[in-house]
Amino acid sequence: MSERVDAQMQARQYAARKGQWRRLPLIHDPRLRWGIAIGAVIYLLLALASVDVNWARVAEGAGRAANFLGAFMQPDFVSRQNDIVAGLLESLTMTLTSTVLGVLLAIPVGLGAARNISPLPIYFVCRAIIAVSRTFQEIIIAILFVVMFGFGPLAGMITLAFATIGFMAKLLAEDIEDLDWRQVEAIRATGANWWQIMNHAVQPQVMPRLIGLSMYRLDINFRESAVIGIVGAGGIGATLNTSLSRYEYDTSAAILLIIIAIVLLCEYSSSHVRRWTQ
Amino acid sequence: MLTLSGVGKRYPTGDRALTDIELTLPKGQVMALIGPSGAGKSTLIRCVNRLVEPTQGSIRLEGTEITQLSGHKLRQARRSMGMIFQEYALIDRLTVMENVLSGQLGYVGFWRSFLRRYPQEAVVEAFRLLARVGLPHAIDKRADALSGGQRQRVGIARALLQSPKLLLVDEPTASLDPKTSRQIMRLIRELCAERDLAAIINIHDVTLAQQFADRIVGLRAGEIVFDGLPSELTSEILTTIYGEEDWDTTPEPMEDAVVDERDTKLRLASAVPEFAAGSVR
Repeated sequence: MSERVDAQMQARQYAARKGQWRRLPLIHDPRLRWGIAIGAVIYLLLALASVDVNWARVAEGAGRAANFLGAFMQPDFVSRQNDIVAGLLESLTMTLTSTVLGVLLAIPVGLGAARNISPLPIYFVCRAIIAVSRTFQEIIIAILFVVMFGFGPLAGMITLAFATIGFMAKLLAEDIEDLDWRQVEAIRATGANWWQIMNHAVQPQVMPRLIGLSMYRLDINFRESAVIGIVGAGGIGATLNTSLSRYEYDTSAAILLIIIAIVLLCEYSSSHVRRWTQ
Repeated sequence: MLTLSGVGKRYPTGDRALTDIELTLPKGQVMALIGPSGAGKSTLIRCVNRLVEPTQGSIRLEGTEITQLSGHKLRQARRSMGMIFQEYALIDRLTVMENVLSGQLGYVGFWRSFLRRYPQEAVVEAFRLLARVGLPHAIDKRADALSGGQRQRVGIARALLQSPKLLLVDEPTASLDPKTSRQIMRLIRELCAERDLAAIINIHDVTLAQQFADRIVGLRAGEIVFDGLPSELTSEILTTIYGEEDWDTTPEPMEDAVVDERDTKLRLASAVPEFAAGSVR
């Protein structure tokens, strides 16, 4: 075996001397290599063939979709203006408060969930909090909180804050685990205490990412606020749900356009902020 | 002033990094610690300020047993030992002045350092040190905007702001060009003399060590194999520290280029099997 590898290596070296060289393939055995590639293609074709499409239903649905899209061509911002403004304000309030609250709560959890700076018991507790927060989709948490706190934006805000904790704490903990340890050592060597190490060595390294993620979470929370409104957690989602159930597609279209505009705005401003904090 | 006796370190993986280190460093002495990579040089100086926990032995700094300290007492001991790092270990996103002032962290409380309200004497001293290392103009620059040599000067100023009794210096010149390396070594040397500081300097470059240290200690596989004056460092001793090598001739960089075509062919033929067997000296 090793003789064969040696011989192959020598052959490659002599070939390289003549200028003939190709990169070594990832999978050495050509039969296995081609077998895997062809197998994957066949599986993909079979999987596509197994999808059952009811063309009659598609044709019928296409007409409805055309109606719906037609309504979008004439969005109606005016006739339900008061509802839209109220829903929007409620959503924006919910978004901002839940993001601020969620990020503030996520910072201690994130510190505790970083293996390199926290003791094992705290690490497990914080990872458990993250896991619980991330296991359930926002809608499920929203249903729970609507049952607990009644309809309205309070349930929505708590839902979004809770979801923010899991998201932010996980990504913050991962960022802390990747930090440049020499900088931490240097601050420890000055005789700094734990809080000073966090403030001088960890915070400067993770701050740009923390700000970037908070901006990103702000925009996720706004989008989610539109979704959880449908299950009764207030905000623009409730307004959207009402308009859809009244078949006022022109109002729905207006609401969706506003959501798109706000998300775009968040997108541009967050990339700007990220560049500025680097 | 600093005494290590019977110091050993075994990592949890079972690797023995240091075995039975006996070392006494008098006040004001600059000691170079040389040895191959992985010999335990970094571990040794990190044991002194307990960034790495020694697993046996005792380390005494001016009568204080460092291995027994914890909490507040350990932080007090750490602030009396300034450390200078390979690749500088500055906080990149903080300004030069913030980096230098972080040398005061062991002396001020959390809120003062959080609000960057350091005592006025500390700021005066920080600026004086920055002027001494030649960077008075850079106080508000971000640390990552400086060149390698400048960053190391900031690192030196940070260590000195701790008002240390001892400097622990870990490969200060490893990422610097030869000229800057010499300037940095000279600066460390001068500052030690000005303040009557003892220093342990880990260094790869034997010539620099001989030139700038009062004493040289050679470490091999976690044990001290040489302890003496720079002038006593002979080729035989270098061989015991680093292993077999021709220590007296400096390689000519042009040597390989002048070898003619036929010779290259011969050399390649003989080199290929050796290469295939994966033998690397």
